[in-house]
Amino acid sequence: MKSLLKLTWVELKLFFREPLTLVFSFALPVVFLLVMGGVFGNKPDTTGMHIYRGVGAVNYYNPAYIALVLASIGIVAMPVHLTAYRERRVLKRFHASSLSVWHIVGSQVLVSFFIAVLGSILLTIVSMLVYHSEAPKMWGYLIPAFILGTLCFTSLGVMLGAILPNTRAAQGVGLMLFFVMMILGGAGPPPEVMGTVMRDVGKATPIWYVIELLQDPWLGFGWQVIASLIVGGITLVATAITVKFFKWD
Amino acid sequence: MECKKSPSIFDNSLSPSYDLMVMLNGSVIEVSNLRKTYKSIAAIDDVSFQVREGEIFGLLGPNGAGKTTTVECLQGLRHRDSGIIKVLGFDPEADASSLKKLIGSQLQESALPDRIKVWEALDLFASTGKIAVDWSALIEQWGLKEKRNAAFGTLSGGQRQRLLIALALVNNPKVVFLDEMTTGLDPAARRVTWDLIKAIRDRGTTVILVTHFMDEAENLCDRIAIMNNGKLAALDTPQNLINIHANQIKVIFSTERTDIDWLKTVPHVHTFSRNGRQVAVEGDGPVLALVASELVKHGIVPLDLRKEQPSLEDVFLKITGRSVVE
Ligand SMILES: Nc1ncnc2c1ncn2[C@@H]1O[C@H](COP(=O)(O)OP(=O)(O)OP(=O)(O)O)[C@@H](O)[C@H]1O
Ligand SMILES: [Mg+2]
Repeated sequence: MKSLLKLTWVELKLFFREPLTLVFSFALPVVFLLVMGGVFGNKPDTTGMHIYRGVGAVNYYNPAYIALVLASIGIVAMPVHLTAYRERRVLKRFHASSLSVWHIVGSQVLVSFFIAVLGSILLTIVSMLVYHSEAPKMWGYLIPAFILGTLCFTSLGVMLGAILPNTRAAQGVGLMLFFVMMILGGAGPPPEVMGTVMRDVGKATPIWYVIELLQDPWLGFGWQVIASLIVGGITLVATAITVKFFKWD
Repeated sequence: MECKKSPSIFDNSLSPSYDLMVMLNGSVIEVSNLRKTYKSIAAIDDVSFQVREGEIFGLLGPNGAGKTTTVECLQGLRHRDSGIIKVLGFDPEADASSLKKLIGSQLQESALPDRIKVWEALDLFASTGKIAVDWSALIEQWGLKEKRNAAFGTLSGGQRQRLLIALALVNNPKVVFLDEMTTGLDPAARRVTWDLIKAIRDRGTTVILVTHFMDEAENLCDRIAIMNNGKLAALDTPQNLINIHANQIKVIFSTERTDIDWLKTVPHVHTFSRNGRQVAVEGDGPVLALVASELVKHGIVPLDLRKEQPSLEDVFLKITGRSVVE
């Protein structure tokens, strides 16, 4: 327990010393929110097309970009971090001490939560200050949705870190997945205006369901049962794959 | 076997068979019939040995001999094909988590995150041991005081190496594995390292030292195992290895003269060889005096006539049949 906390603390500091991941986790979602808010404002759509589920664009995007924060931590930062650890034999050195896989994974999960909470608060404060967006409506559903979403992307990140052979692969795969998810998964243009192909691709990405899971309680629509099952399922499968393929060197 | 200063050696948290093992034969590591094969290469081929408590045990051998594989099997970092290993009474794979708290490790190749600071690394690894340790003394001993707040990525090669050795000791291990610990250290740092390792041994820690430096092995090791092609080729104290495997005395001198074939007929001379002006005579017993007097009789009075004691290097060359590659 003591070493888990120490490792988490060190990992947290290392996260803040890595400029690139800071940009992806904190700056990018805020910049997107400002751009989208600047273009679409926060007035609910009245054309009858029901764009943005009938709510203001910023209200819509705020939970979506929280999902983007989670995705950037899990998909961009974590695989590169873990493959670099393996490549440089940092993992092996950890293995030689009494740190176990659970220390490694546990510290990543805790760091993810911390960064996710921080990034989400930052994002929400900006959207409230700049666009007077509304506060989340159903906290009782939002909090479990947030936890589930964070676990999902962390488990995917650890899985990619376990199966990708090296840092280059992790960088390529991570960034590609991130941008596909960002644009098609529901954090880009509103799904209502996307073509069916785009929407189908979007629906094949985990972020689609994490956004649904976060957005519904945020906007007061309730709990998305199917999305929660899918997100939970992805988490379990990713964890199983990690357990099977994790290598120290 | 008496209880030394460090009381935790007989800490009841150690495995039950450990006390018994140490009392019966004083060994903290037992290896029998260890084997490890990579595809077609037998990296370790039926190796057995024991390491006694409180000794510095050297592991020598040419590149690819299987030294790293052996010490990594002992630490539970690699899976062995067969054989029995007991370290402090534990099986390194089956009892990995109990064992790892009690051992220290400096790997031949490893690193830390580039942006971790020296003190953070020590603090982190100190928390992985059984007891809380004060690592500030280590920072000082290993010459890292000025670098306390420096990031790992900004350290020089030798500074990194010193930090990695310090990390191997930070959990107060009972057994410490050092794989080429002085590689990359300057001569002064090497001497300091030797002294520190001796001090650690004197406090009761058992040290397994993999090295390519003959002076290091001769200076530090109580016993030395020489590995070759995955096999244990010899195991003894440095002096015994020399007495048994390199009992020849070398007499060396320089001369321009080439008519020296009569050297062969001098009693106690076995062979001689010539390399430019330098002549090396191998023999035994009083060979120096006999060669000297014959040289004078033949009108050769070299200024540099000297006897060379056989060294560990001679043993190494003889046993492995090649020269030391670094
Ligand atoms: N992961 C691996 N996969 C395949 N072969 C390996 C692996 N690790 C080691 N070997 C082989 O096993 C043999 C022993 O390697 P090992 O690293 O134990 O040698 P060593 O004695 O430590 O050598 P050195 O002095 O160069 O460090 C070598 O032939 C090496 O090529
Ligand atoms: Mg080696």
